[in-house]
Amino acid sequence: MLGIVGIIPDEKFSLVYGTPILEKNFLTIEHRKIPVERGTATLIASAIKTLEVLNKPNPFVFLVGDIGKGKGSKELYNFLAENIHKYNFKVFTFHYILPDIDGCLKVILAIEKLPKKPFLIADAGFMYAVKMAGYAHFFDLFTPDIGELAFLADEKAPHPFYTRGFLLAEEKDVESLITRAYEYKNAPPYLLVKGEKDRVVFNQKVLATIEEPFIPELEAIGGTGDTLTGIVSALIYAGYPPEEACVIAAKANRLAGALASPSPATQISEIINFIPEAIKTLLS
Amino acid sequence: MKWLNKFFIPKKEKKSEKSKLGLLLFENTSEVIKAEKILQKEGYKVKVVGPPPEVRKGCDLAIEVPIIEITGILNFLKTQGVEPLDFISFSEDEILKPVDLFQIKDFGDYLMVRAANMKITVDKKTLVIVNVSGGGCPDVPYLASILVGVNLNNTFSPKELAHTLCGYALHLAFQKAKELLCSG
Repeated sequence: MLGIVGIIPDEKFSLVYGTPILEKNFLTIEHRKIPVERGTATLIASAIKTLEVLNKPNPFVFLVGDIGKGKGSKELYNFLAENIHKYNFKVFTFHYILPDIDGCLKVILAIEKLPKKPFLIADAGFMYAVKMAGYAHFFDLFTPDIGELAFLADEKAPHPFYTRGFLLAEEKDVESLITRAYEYKNAPPYLLVKGEKDRVVFNQKVLATIEEPFIPELEAIGGTGDTLTGIVSALIYAGYPPEEACVIAAKANRLAGALASPSPATQISEIINFIPEAIKTLLS
Repeated sequence: MKWLNKFFIPKKEKKSEKSKLGLLLFENTSEVIKAEKILQKEGYKVKVVGPPPEVRKGCDLAIEVPIIEITGILNFLKTQGVEPLDFISFSEDEILKPVDLFQIKDFGDYLMVRAANMKITVDKKTLVIVNVSGGGCPDVPYLASILVGVNLNNTFSPKELAHTLCGYALHLAFQKAKELLCSG
């Protein structure tokens, strides 16, 4: 199974787990409908679109409502820590959540006790928490953008909000930030760094750089990082080796964006609908 | 209020008093944002910073205050019903500074402003926010769902609903976009 963990931006959305279906830009799970606008819903929708092409089952997801107050996130951390042993995930992706070191450590301890460790992917708030907890090496893949890479590279930063001079990093700084992130043991074996150029990294070495098609407008569109993490999660679950999965995902994300002919005002749901075409083109 | 005793600094340490800063620690980020707003409205020169590692819980903020004004600040906050959990004094180099630089990207009809890990994109003609991207904290998808479609001239500010550092960074990007596009 592919497992996905994250939050829904609705305070009244109680904790739910199961296999969602995707219909007309809405996820449905346990009779509840979630619009695919941004965040974890976008990641899940992108994974489903990719898995459709690969003829694989939809992911199993754990979701809770949280608008930043942390109550839902806390419930989710605790639920996972107590129940993860009941599931057998091949790939497990952690996404939006209020970063909390204690909560994150509880989940990591529960994963450590599993008979077989899943391939672990983290992005967004959970990636922040894993780095702060000092457990980046326990994960297999992070998918940071350049600002988040700078946060991983800064051993003192508890969040990308803080700067010691290089958090407004640019493309030219990426390789030195990658080196620094590994130097301080704040990166897992694989990194898929999102930017003008996407970089696939394994243990500090840049294995591949993907820069075509280059659509500058995609940077402004909320959710383009979520789609990338969703696609790569699905590809790894489907059996693609991590390096190949990262390269295909980066290309597919760019191609889906290009197919949508976006402006900076395009919404992510328009791009998600082009993911199957992009994946098919790349795999054919 | 026993932590008020921390202000009674021995004479030999008075010399370095000016270089010391006061740091107010709160239960959660929402309270920090609320306290900052109240104090700034009252005219205090305070700023949001990252707490030092030994008191850090995760996605947290603290308020840096001039140590010389601490008594007045604490009394004022008490009258407003927003009391910090604790007060600590620190030298400037021990505190993490939030990002204070912005990156601007001009897409022709649209302007994108980035503060830390948050980006906000605005239609330059209509001043309507068309996209919000970046960030990893749970209030980002929530704030994005509210902000997209809002006019920059609207009195609403993301700060009102922000609870995390990402939300606070989004507020900074919003303010900067407003400054750049609404000043005329």
